[in-house]
Formats: sequence, C-alpha cells, structure tokens
Amino acid sequence: MIQTILAISLSLYIIAILLALYRIIRGPSMPDRVVALDMIGVNLISAVAVFSVALGTHAFLEVILIVGILAFISTIALARFVERGAIVEHDPDR
Amino acid sequence: MIQIVEYAGVILILLGGIMAVISAFGILRLPDVYTRSHAATKSSTLAVLLSLSGTFIYFWASESFISVRLLLGITFVFLTAPVAGHLITRAAYRSRVKLADSSTEDALEEVLRKAEEKIEDVTEDDNDPEQPPN
Repeated sequence: MIQTILAISLSLYIIAILLALYRIIRGPSMPDRVVALDMIGVNLISAVAVFSVALGTHAFLEVILIVGILAFISTIALARFVERGAIVEHDPDR
Repeated sequence: MIQIVEYAGVILILLGGIMAVISAFGILRLPDVYTRSHAATKSSTLAVLLSLSGTFIYFWASESFISVRLLLGITFVFLTAPVAGHLITRAAYRSRVKLADSSTEDALEEVLRKAEEKIEDVTEDDNDPEQPPN
C-alpha cells in the first residue's frame, strides 16, 4: 500500500517536471525558462526524497542538499545574466 | 501506532505531489512571467516542504532516524526559494519583459521612472555627463 502511494506521488512529480519542461521549450522569454528551470530543481528535490523513501535508504539524503544549493546558485547566476548580460562584473573603478 | 505515523508521512508526500502538479498547471496556464513566478515559487515550495517533512516523519517513525540533512534541506529550500523567485522576477522586469495584456496596472513603472530621473539630475549636477545612469 505504501509502495503504491509512493509510486503515485513519484509519477505526479514526474508529470510536474514534464509540464515545466514544456514551458522551458515553449517559453517566450528568457525569465520564463529560468522560472521553469528553478521549478524543475525544486521538484527534483522532492522526487529524490520520495525515491529514498521508496528504496528505504538514507544514502540519497545528501543529494537533496546538493541539488537544492545548485538550483539556488544557478537560478541566481541566470538572473544576473538576464539582468546585466554578465555574471561576474569586472569593474576597474570599484 | 508506528504504521499510522508511517501512513501520515506517506500521505504528506502524496499531498506534496498533488501540489506540485497544481503548480505545474499554474506555470503552464498563467499568462506572463510575473504571474507564473507565483505558481513556481509559492506552491512549488509548499510541495517540496510537504514531501520533505513527509520523508522526515517516515524515517523518524520507521527507523527512529532523525535526519539532520533533511531538516537542513527544509530550512534551505524555505529560505532560498522566495529569494530566487524575487531575483528572477526583478531581472525580468529590468530586462523589460512585457506584462500580460489582461493586467490593468503597473505601479512599479512610475516609481522606476522617477528614480531614473533623480539619478540623471544628480549626474548632471556633478557635471559628469559621461557617466551613464545606473
């Protein structure tokens, strides 16, 4: 019973990731794609958590932290890129 | 008793999955990037919080294993998701992504225009026309 519920919720997460993937492919502007990418990262965290419950192991719990940090940093880098055209600014006057 | 708590954790995970699909439909159906970021940040964060707390409760009940990493993950997602959403929406507005046609008011436009005029005035007072505003 628990395995069935876990399989259902895992497939729900996969459906959510696929819908966000459609927005990435279709998205009319660059920020649309970044928003959808951020959402894929967040859903991936949940999917890893469900996966580790379904397999009954603690081994994947580090992955949650790593994916969370990577998704946050990449979203911030892409936001800076969209806003200013550069991620690290070289300003000699500063 | 342990069975009941395990089921509570799994039900939380299922609720998180339903929430994730709802937010995915929001990101599919809403008209522009500003409304889509509502769906992508708020309900997605709720989904990941529900599923991570469900995982935490499940491991706590079944193996009496209190995972500090899961707690850290919950705190981290809860702190960073609004910040990332705010940053990307700000970048979208600064790079002049159009609002949807059905939106009636843009309160930020006037404020930004006044601020830019102020910056231009200051730079003109300094007799430094070379330096562009912003």
